[in-house]
Amino acid sequence: MVDLVELQQKYGAELTLSEFRGDRRLVVPADKLYEVLSGLKLDFGFDQLTDLTAVDYLEYQDAEHRYGVVYLLLSVTTGERLIVKTFLNPPHLELPSVYPLWKGANWMEREVYDMFGILFQGHPDLRRILLPDEFVSFPLRKDYPLQGRGERHNFPVITRAES
Amino acid sequence: MAVGLPENVFMTTLDAAANWARSNSLWPMPFATACCGIELMATAASRHDMARFGAEVMRFSPRQCDLLVVAGRVVMKMLPVLQRIWLQMPEPKWCISMGACACTGGVFDTYAVVQGVDRFLPVDVYVPGCPPRPEQLLAAVIDLQDKIKAGGTLMGREFAAETTPRGPSPFDEEELKRLRGLPILQSQGTSSSSIYIPGQPGTNPGFSVAGRREGIHG
Repeated sequence: MVDLVELQQKYGAELTLSEFRGDRRLVVPADKLYEVLSGLKLDFGFDQLTDLTAVDYLEYQDAEHRYGVVYLLLSVTTGERLIVKTFLNPPHLELPSVYPLWKGANWMEREVYDMFGILFQGHPDLRRILLPDEFVSFPLRKDYPLQGRGERHNFPVITRAES
Repeated sequence: MAVGLPENVFMTTLDAAANWARSNSLWPMPFATACCGIELMATAASRHDMARFGAEVMRFSPRQCDLLVVAGRVVMKMLPVLQRIWLQMPEPKWCISMGACACTGGVFDTYAVVQGVDRFLPVDVYVPGCPPRPEQLLAAVIDLQDKIKAGGTLMGREFAAETTPRGPSPFDEEELKRLRGLPILQSQGTSSSSIYIPGQPGTNPGFSVAGRREGIHG
């Protein structure tokens, strides 16, 4: 099991560890994220990145930050799971890419970029993965309207005579 | 009347002969993107057997097809592909929009889903349902056969004359209002106080939860 005191001695006192219904969550400041994740992989055996996703806390009750980026780690040998979370605020939506640690982060970071516009520094190929390349918005941001800004209607109309 | 014709000869027009042949050998191009595609497959399979109506030859190349069956929701990234497939199909060709999503977007009223392929493509027959039963698709094929027989011409003059789009305008009025920052729902405040009485006009509060409950139990 990951010990908070040990982590705090290594990476600083800002780290917090909380538990909710058996899920352990470590909150890390963004500038120490890569260092902590690297240590968790190399020293604590979290060899698999199960998921990487993000949350927009706009209009969320008692939220202090705009975005949260969540890393779900798994140690295949011990079966231990850990949630690592970090917070971001505009205009600095940048995080280091964890692609050097887990190759599986490649497409997951692209998806987070696609939906939230969070940039991952050092990513080998950071472009949109689901939406078309011409798309300009980040639709999972809460200030983006559900029905879009007219993108779904911006196509030529084919009449019967010209087809 | 013509005289001296042998017994095995009958007279008709070229248009009627072409329509008869075309309507009884429609070759569908299955554009199946969702659960409607499963019903489309069931329609072609042995139990419902679309071959009874001459439309069993599903081809996966648009160059060999004359009936586009749009079965399922079409997202904005897929629509240019669908349009290209339609343009690649040789004349004469027809289009069936199958299911609620292909016709209107269905429940997927989001930024990514096209709200009805008829906004961007000429659709001949709409099939409602979510998904439609195979019988409904067969009925649509029969309707399309009737349509071809009723109005088709040998050289496709009826297509060449149709220079305006068939479907609704690509932009909704509501959508335009929202894009310009105008209010969309003006009578939102009055809906909570009124009670929905089934059968009595003007009391339906629309999409409020209370109205739905009243509607179910009333």
